[in-house]
Amino acid sequence: MAVGLEHRFGPYGGQYVPETLMPALAELESAWLAARRDPSYAEELAVLSRDFAGRPTPLYLGERLSEAAGREVWLKREDLMHTGSHKLNNALGQALLARRMGKTRLIAETGAGQHGVASATVSALLGVECVVYMGAEDIRRQQPNVQRMELLGARVVSVEAGARTLKEAVSEAIRDWVTNVADTHYIIGSAVGPAPYPAIVRDLQRVIGDEARAQLLERTGRLPDRAIACVGGGSNSIGMFAGFVDDADVELIGVEAAGEGLETGRHGAPLTVGGRPGVLHGSLSAILQDDEGQIREAHSVSAGLDYPGSGPEHAWLRDSGRARYVAVSDDDALATFRRVTQLEGIIPALETAHALHFALLPAESGLDVVCCSGRGDKDLAEVLARS
Amino acid sequence: MTTVGAQNAGVERIAAAFAGSGKRAALMPYLMGGFPDLPGSQRIGEAYADGGADLVELGVPFSDPLADGPVIQAAGSRALAAGATVSGVLTVAEALAPRLPVVLMCYTNLVLARGVERFCADLAAAGCSGLIVPDLPLEEAGDTRAACEAAGVALVPLVAPTTPDDRLTAIGAKARGFLYTVSVTGTTGERETLSDTFAAVVGRAKAHTDAPVALGFGIATPEHAVQAADAGADGVIVGSRLVRAAGESEDPAGAVREVVAGMAEALR
Repeated sequence: MAVGLEHRFGPYGGQYVPETLMPALAELESAWLAARRDPSYAEELAVLSRDFAGRPTPLYLGERLSEAAGREVWLKREDLMHTGSHKLNNALGQALLARRMGKTRLIAETGAGQHGVASATVSALLGVECVVYMGAEDIRRQQPNVQRMELLGARVVSVEAGARTLKEAVSEAIRDWVTNVADTHYIIGSAVGPAPYPAIVRDLQRVIGDEARAQLLERTGRLPDRAIACVGGGSNSIGMFAGFVDDADVELIGVEAAGEGLETGRHGAPLTVGGRPGVLHGSLSAILQDDEGQIREAHSVSAGLDYPGSGPEHAWLRDSGRARYVAVSDDDALATFRRVTQLEGIIPALETAHALHFALLPAESGLDVVCCSGRGDKDLAEVLARS
Repeated sequence: MTTVGAQNAGVERIAAAFAGSGKRAALMPYLMGGFPDLPGSQRIGEAYADGGADLVELGVPFSDPLADGPVIQAAGSRALAAGATVSGVLTVAEALAPRLPVVLMCYTNLVLARGVERFCADLAAAGCSGLIVPDLPLEEAGDTRAACEAAGVALVPLVAPTTPDDRLTAIGAKARGFLYTVSVTGTTGERETLSDTFAAVVGRAKAHTDAPVALGFGIATPEHAVQAADAGADGVIVGSRLVRAAGESEDPAGAVREVVAGMAEALR
């Protein structure tokens, strides 16, 4: 595994946090570097990834999906991982790191609840306290995951500020960390936040892209024309992209949430719409903001994409031309959620449905790899209520 | 565009306020700009001056204030809902600056959105003496420090109980105006007892800077203010206690004047 601890991706990234946290970020960085040099950390993570989490996840050729798309569509089945999404890759790696750092309390934010469930799961595994911050609106629309977290022994704290979604949950988790930094590790769930988080999360998620690349080469002897993944903060996508970023002929496509439509302003697509970069949650990146710099509320039917920011590495991949970002609306994602379920017998997460919708659009491509980042059981109530 | 004198204008005015307070420590109340509304916040700032404040820390409301506890968060949300803008808050600064030095407290993204140089020039034009950016640590502050220096505004850095000695040395050397010393590991907000740690926190800060040391976060009573002065603080910053008083009273200006006067009296 490559070791990278970038503080900046082009102009993006950095550490825009209260001074109280700066020593903790330095401690995290040195602990991460030490862990990466220690074969026992890699071994421990590899064994748990295999025996507890179920890696490697399959790479699956969706035949009916391919027929509908008019090209081969291979799904990287992160939905088959324990807890039902790619989030466990990161939570497991960070929790083992936290234990090495002597931290006895883990906190996390969650939008769709998948990262909260992954964090609650590793906390149960390691026998440590876990507190998960979740917006009140997300608690409403992702009830099954709230019940899972509580069953796993985590305390779920409802965040009532602002739009009561992922942005506010991250802010509240950061405030908890500012207050309890001595004994607490904050498991950020996406490739966002102050350095070194975006690099750590990418390195823990790059197993998605590394596995997919090796599996595809073994099965087909070729690389994909396109690698496609949904982007909220951007952890499954940066993990997928990391495996292919050095393959210049593989197009990298991140799919954001167009919500009610880009023209309505009610969306979660800061990378797609562009505009002035800004600082949210500790790093400089593409964000949704007004002229004065107040952060705007995002909107998406999928809680995991309902975020006005984006990982700083994505902003740089966009500016440098290496990756392309597009957006898919609520309605299209909801339709694709049903369509893929009936085509393949796979219920994708609503977040994933955004990427799948884009993969099904006409395009000049012979073979796509799509990250099936999570399973959609959590979304059933919300989807059925809208039909 | 500036003379040597103007370049140090903010630093000099803040230094004079600390030196000439006539108190054991200068009293610096925090004001949420635009809370409950723009004219209301200006009246509260004037009441601070009437009550005996030596400087005022004027907060610009932000959508995602990571360093603030519930009281200041709620006041900021209300200010934004009432239409507060950066320009609006600067008019409050302009109104208060003739009476006492104004130190603006503003999160990074609002500074970046306007452009760092323009932001600092606008600050100076409004008569502000200093700028505090709570999410701009030493490593990220270079551009803002240069723009502040060019505009004659003091960029006031923060140190926390978690800050190790080598960082204290580096931050203390860059401090202009004063060194904002965070009394506790946490966000802003009133706390019951914390004075037993004041001496250690203030002592460490003073050992690492030539600038005045002002203690903030959690200071809510005249007793706390006196304990901060006993611990050697050159200044005392009072925030959530006053924002709460303003929010709870039918007569916000009257209520905060009384609280500030009580603290000023205790510090004399």
